[in-house]
Amino acid sequence: MTAASLSRPPHPAWEIEIRVRGLEVGFGEKLVMKGLDLDIHRGEVLGFVGASGAGKSVLTRAILGLLHRRAGSIEVKGRDLDAMTEAERGRVERRWGVLFQQGALFSSLTVKQNIQAPMREHLDISPRLREELAMLKLALVGLPPDAADKFPSELSGGMIKRAALARALALDPEVLFLDEPTSGLDPIGAGDFDDLIGTLQETLGLTVFMVTHDLDSLYAICDRVAVLGQGRVIAIGPISELLDSSDPWIKSYFHGKRGSGREAAARSGGAAARLL
Amino acid sequence: MSLAPTIASETSTDGVLLALTGDWTLRAGAGLERQAAALVAAAGGARRATLDISAIESLDTAGAWLIDRSRESMSASGIEAALTGVRAEHATLLRAAHYRPVEALPHRRGPSATALLADVGESVYVSGVDLIAGIDLLGRLVAVFARAAISPVRWRLTALAFHLESFSLRSAPIIVMINFFVGAIVAQQGISQLARYGAGAYTVDLVGILILREMGLLLTSIMVAGRTGSAMTAEIGAMNMREEIDALKVMALDPVEVLILPRAAALVLSMPILTFLGDIAALFGAGLVMWYIGGVTPEAFFTRLQQPYSLERFEVGLIKAPFMALIIGIIAAAEGFAVSGSAESLGAKVTSSVVKSIFMVIVVDGIFALYFAAVDF
Repeated sequence: MTAASLSRPPHPAWEIEIRVRGLEVGFGEKLVMKGLDLDIHRGEVLGFVGASGAGKSVLTRAILGLLHRRAGSIEVKGRDLDAMTEAERGRVERRWGVLFQQGALFSSLTVKQNIQAPMREHLDISPRLREELAMLKLALVGLPPDAADKFPSELSGGMIKRAALARALALDPEVLFLDEPTSGLDPIGAGDFDDLIGTLQETLGLTVFMVTHDLDSLYAICDRVAVLGQGRVIAIGPISELLDSSDPWIKSYFHGKRGSGREAAARSGGAAARLL
Repeated sequence: MSLAPTIASETSTDGVLLALTGDWTLRAGAGLERQAAALVAAAGGARRATLDISAIESLDTAGAWLIDRSRESMSASGIEAALTGVRAEHATLLRAAHYRPVEALPHRRGPSATALLADVGESVYVSGVDLIAGIDLLGRLVAVFARAAISPVRWRLTALAFHLESFSLRSAPIIVMINFFVGAIVAQQGISQLARYGAGAYTVDLVGILILREMGLLLTSIMVAGRTGSAMTAEIGAMNMREEIDALKVMALDPVEVLILPRAAALVLSMPILTFLGDIAALFGAGLVMWYIGGVTPEAFFTRLQQPYSLERFEVGLIKAPFMALIIGIIAAAEGFAVSGSAESLGAKVTSSVVKSIFMVIVVDGIFALYFAAVDF
């Protein structure tokens, strides 16, 4: 799996799904994003790393429109989000699936009702198909059918992540935002989850934007990795390129105690990272 | 731009060839399901059906599922059905979203006489359990209080001061205000009714007894149950949901001592103060109305108020206050601890905390009334 995704050649004509330009986000006096530029290519898995508190979640939330932007633009498929009408924005958002860090499942609904909630609101389909699709999504994320009628408080951490992923996939999104999908999972569970995201991405042709701290995830499924620092993207490229970066933070991140073992396995040569 | 999913069917001696075109995705909504049904209908009667999906624009899991489901239901009715022209990317999707039977929707049980009886029984049983939980918490609170009384270092003075401020100082304005208005209303009604019998002056007695013995305390208790009790249940419930209570327990801290004792103590101290303020505000409101409408001067009002027993009435009201505070505190805490994982349960427990507190305050007030009548106080 690892070797396969790494040897995948860069797409000749990457189309840009989401283009972020000059993004500024701040809280009070503090500016967290200082003119950040980022391109998310259609059909890629983009990993996003950065020190804790660097603003990875802030960036995700800003792109999703959950945080107010002070400046900057976000274009989706070449169209500026700010220039869109409410209805157009709604259509864009319906093509996005989001997996929140804590799952954010509705606690008073069962897993199945959680998956059906967006379908119920946005789709004009029969109850039978809704039922079948919910069970299909459940099977896609590897949950047993008997999890369908459980409440989120009855699930383990790993199951919550899977159920939340099933809900994120409910409307067959084109873009999937994952906020630390493997945090809180055991290494085997995290590995399975990586495989799952990789498989789904290939099967459904998803564009995946993944904030993560998990080096294994970065090596296993990410086509490109972006590094966030000082409110900007300081480096972006395939992981093999980032490994050769001279930036001290990137160096210690990938070549530190936890990174070096994987590095040897994954290194397949590459040019110097494109420092932005 | 999305194209509607469409089918072209072509019948030959060999069977029927169904060519699928357009977008077979969820964006088509109900149209997608209609086309899938049409697919099965078009193959009806044929011996063999071939589904050609090579010309499909786009496919998602829902489309794949419906195509595969149609194929499956053709097979089930004895038609040899097969897919052709499957592109590589569609093949993976069809593999992932292949049809598998989903068990039917569980039959929802309608309301029945037995279900009604069962609900009644359950409510009675749950009330019993709640009562025991309340008594249990009272016992633990007394035990914690006894320990804290022996070793005063156990008192969390900062927490106590914080809760005293929020329970008494910050509730005072609203409690003073509603008591003022209710006092004024009672006085106005008293004058207009009693004046018909020429007994308008007795309104002072009416107002004095009603406010000092019952109304001041009840109104204050109800406001405190709604304002402070609900907040207490929500706080403790949210802490329970996020395992903060468990965190306290594993630190060898008693949640009752850490969380409930300061709140209950603050409530027990606040309630007489608030009741006193409420009483004064209500008398003030009543006095103003008597002066403006009834023509009773403030001097006359206060002279009449200061009859024998008036201090006792005032004491009767104030004696009850700490008990009401304890009832509200215990119910609020017990409901908070009973919150389970969901947001819905938090809402339900906060509601039941307020409803039970107000109910119990009124019941206990009735018991006090019987008791004071018996001891002739």
